Amino acid sequence: MKVVVMGCGRVGARIASILDHNGHDVAVVDTDARAFRRLPNDFRGNTVIGTGIDEDVLRSAGIEGASAFVAVTNGDNRNIMAAQVARLMFQVPEVICRIYDPVREDTYRRLGLTTVCPTTTISAIILDHVIGAGDLSGVRGREA
Amino acid sequence: MYIIVVGGGKVGYYLTKTLLNEGHEVLLIERNPEKASTFAERFGAVVVAGDGAEAATLAAAGAARADVVIAVTGEDEDNLVVCQSARQKFHVGRTIARVNNPKNEQLFRLLGIDVTVSQTNYILNLIEQSIPERSFLHLLSLRHADLAIIEAKVGEDTPVTNRTISQVQLPVDCVIAAIARGPELIVPTPATQILRGDDIIALTHREQEDELRRLLGCFVVS
Repeated sequence: MKVVVMGCGRVGARIASILDHNGHDVAVVDTDARAFRRLPNDFRGNTVIGTGIDEDVLRSAGIEGASAFVAVTNGDNRNIMAAQVARLMFQVPEVICRIYDPVREDTYRRLGLTTVCPTTTISAIILDHVIGAGDLSGVRGREA
Repeated sequence: MYIIVVGGGKVGYYLTKTLLNEGHEVLLIERNPEKASTFAERFGAVVVAGDGAEAATLAAAGAARADVVIAVTGEDEDNLVVCQSARQKFHVGRTIARVNNPKNEQLFRLLGIDVTVSQTNYILNLIEQSIPERSFLHLLSLRHADLAIIEAKVGEDTPVTNRTISQVQLPVDCVIAAIARGPELIVPTPATQILRGDDIIALTHREQEDELRRLLGCFVVS
């Protein structure tokens, strides 16, 4: 399947290379060309320089016809906006968006985005080790 | 009126200054603490340092009782999230966002932002207006119906020049509302002939705007 990943940081590069390794058609978008160094040498996917909140950039990454879009840049707002562009303007069936701010994550999950909040997830895992009372509710899907 | 302005760049600065002078209750939220304290020295206690996209900042700013939230940072994504958060979490009645990439205006409207302001589009319109022949001026966008009112000057050899209204095949969802010819304002009938130099005022669906531009012999942006 065709997947567009926005943000080639550690998470983005890892997602892209695993998908590529599993035979999927991947395009990675990042504003900084140097970020693509994080991709393995045998990466066969596409790399696109630009910001994922620009429709034209997403189009050149092949968002039209993509099965999934993953927004994992460092900016919550950029991820939120790009995810909404992918969903509304390009009708991508599966859109996943990383949001660090738990309050913002809650707002946009309510608005129907599939969100991942590392702050909640990682805190829960650590708390589980420390006091054994964590709750792994940081990864949530779209509400029914 | 209580107005919250997010983003203390040049736009936010002059906006705050003007709104204060007009007697409104204004709060300016600026992310950079140094900038915020400089503004506070000039404006008094109407400036707070903080990230307007964060719910806690908006809550402390009293967004729940704000009549208008205006997001004018230099980043479209920040302006979008500020306005969406103001609407969703604080039920602010009116949200206004500055849009840097004119293409984002449509998206912002789809996402429920009440008013979008694109400097790029304004400047483009001004440029078009100042081109003597074949100018095509976007007069007004009507958000709810996705309609726009445009004005266009008819050139010498356009597909509509010297034709009557009944002979012109307009795009769907377009209607010629008036023709300004010199001092005369004509409400057209099917028999009205379109002449070179006429100013056509038309109501159009935004999606048909480019097609209408082509028909009237105007250049198409982007």
